[in-house]
Amino acid sequence: MTDKIDTVVEKSVKPDARPRASIRPSASFVKAVSAVVWKDLQAEFRSRELFSAMLVFSLLIILIFNFALELDVRTRQSVTAGVLWATFAFAGTLGLNRSMAIEKDRGCLDGLLLAPVDRSAIYFGKVISNLAFMLIVELIVLPVYSVLYNVNLFQPGLLLVILLGSIGYVGVGTLLSAMSVQTRTRDILLPILLFPVVIPVLLAAVKASSGFLTGSDLADVMLPINLLIAYDIIFIALAFMVFDSVVEE
Amino acid sequence: MITVKKLVKRFGLKAVLRGLDFDVQPGEFVALLGPNGAGKTTFLRVLASLSRPSLGEVSVAGYRLPNEAAAVRARLGVVSHLPLLYGDLSAEENLRFYGRMYGILDLEPRITEVLEMVGLDARRRDLVRTYSRGMQQRLAIGRAVLHDPDVMLFDEPYTGLDQDASSMLDEVLKTVAARGRTVVMTSHDLARAEDLATRFDILSRGVISASASRTELERSNLLTFYKEALAG
Amino acid sequence: MESKPLTLKVLDIVAILVLVVATYMALNAPTERVMGEVQKVFYFHIGTAWTALLGFILAAVFSVVYLATKDLKWDRLQVASIEVSLVFFLITIVLGSIWARPAWNTWWTWDPRLTTAAVTELIYVAYFMLRQGIDDPDRRARFGAVYALVGGLSAPITFFAIRLFRTIHPVVIGGSNAEAEGGFSMTADMRTAFFFALFAFTIIFIDLFWNRIRLGNLQEKVEQLKLKVTM
Repeated sequence: MTDKIDTVVEKSVKPDARPRASIRPSASFVKAVSAVVWKDLQAEFRSRELFSAMLVFSLLIILIFNFALELDVRTRQSVTAGVLWATFAFAGTLGLNRSMAIEKDRGCLDGLLLAPVDRSAIYFGKVISNLAFMLIVELIVLPVYSVLYNVNLFQPGLLLVILLGSIGYVGVGTLLSAMSVQTRTRDILLPILLFPVVIPVLLAAVKASSGFLTGSDLADVMLPINLLIAYDIIFIALAFMVFDSVVEE
Repeated sequence: MITVKKLVKRFGLKAVLRGLDFDVQPGEFVALLGPNGAGKTTFLRVLASLSRPSLGEVSVAGYRLPNEAAAVRARLGVVSHLPLLYGDLSAEENLRFYGRMYGILDLEPRITEVLEMVGLDARRRDLVRTYSRGMQQRLAIGRAVLHDPDVMLFDEPYTGLDQDASSMLDEVLKTVAARGRTVVMTSHDLARAEDLATRFDILSRGVISASASRTELERSNLLTFYKEALAG
Repeated sequence: MESKPLTLKVLDIVAILVLVVATYMALNAPTERVMGEVQKVFYFHIGTAWTALLGFILAAVFSVVYLATKDLKWDRLQVASIEVSLVFFLITIVLGSIWARPAWNTWWTWDPRLTTAAVTELIYVAYFMLRQGIDDPDRRARFGAVYALVGGLSAPITFFAIRLFRTIHPVVIGGSNAEAEGGFSMTADMRTAFFFALFAFTIIFIDLFWNRIRLGNLQEKVEQLKLKVTM
């Protein structure tokens, strides 16, 4: 492939003549976060690796659930929320793993750490892009499930729960994936670390989702939603405080 | 520009750097040589603020590490043997990303300028994963000089490059150094280092065991100097 | 190599003694009317649960202290407390199972406490697996501390979440008195046995914890000596 051959034609190595002062950097937190998010979205848009893997995996899981559980009309009602969240939980680990692995493999994590910004900017940037990927996958899974099982999943309440639950999942998951990617056992480790600590999210999300799908009172549903919000805030705050320790040496 | 006093870096109980002293004046080009496992990469990582010193004092460009690390990073450009580039993005997209991370004002013209400097302007829209190793290394240097750092650190930059690519890299390094930047470069390749550096330091067993300027080495050659330093 | 301090040797003996006494008291306590003999498992069940919880809280505290001071001593303390807590949670779960079978005809009840204990066990196992995959001692300590902190916050939330949401298996949780599951009240004699069991297990916890710390310190010494020999 001629692409790989060093283009000797480009001998035009020009001297660096610009005066110094004009480019003195002034890095800002928000700018760095949005740079990271944009970079992730851009790279993913090109390769679509993460996205296709998560999506296909999700659909396969739903298929497996179909054969594993008797999803007849009656049981479907009570089980839909659970099936959805189990699917998201499993497929989510793929995205989290891959997202961090990309940084680690080409040494890009060092590149990020060399920037004169607060480490937590990297954390927030990653959380937002991981969240974006997860939400996109979820928004595709919903109509597929709706069609397969003749259930209307596009209710605002349900969408809210999915958003809050995903935030909590990705918030903790990004922190833990930053750790697991630096160990020998890498990919296998993330689910083992993540699932026990993300149980409150699953519990509350399933409870709230069920509530919305079966048309329960708002009072019943508010409790788990409040728990989700509390969890999201607590863990993102915690991650913000400890992320430095996780990426620095 | 760089001052290191009694630097100790331990990993658990094992000390890789053992009371290292190192002093670099602005504008010097120091070739840091030494056998594998001597601690060159570890030392460079400490200077790059990627690794915290266990003991000792380190200051780069007038700022102390690790307390003023952010200020150091703004004035530091690092090239390692890993490319630090995103394969799925194009050359200019990579530079744009890093430019934003460094908060560079007036970014677009600067990107073009840097790409021209490393001779990659014609292929700026191509994805980095289509680049050869030599081109990636040149782009990596471009990335490192984007924010116009005062100090540059190169960790084994010639690794994996063929003859042509190495020559190109020589050119780029000369250009970079010509601006009066302070450079520290580690290398296995004595021949390359010989051409470019103004000073040669040997890192052995966790400390700098010998140091000689280019003028001092005119008479004896580098290889002899190196071997003697390691033997001692 | 220093030998065991006298206090620790004494504590070892005291621990064994209190265990024996606690067993005696438990076995001789009045038999509960409804559940029969098996209810006596309860004394130890709560004892071990209490020590496990103690270890859990200490681990979270050690996390914070380690991250603040970066002194590896706190890491050793954390490993010791999590190990001890891991074992005691396991015993608690097993005893809970033994109690459940004859009392409610099931090996497992998905009640908040037991389930949270199981989840915490899994967090501990994950903790050790995380540490296992890291070679650098400082990084191992840092990651361990971070994960223990995450787990330390998550487990209580899990407990409350299950308590609030799992209506499939209604559970009567009466105040702070952990025996409310089956719901029985205690006579004075039973209360004495109960509190003594708590006391006994606290002693046992301190004893095991101290021994484990000592073991950790000795391991550290061995590592240092190994290093000196190879240099």
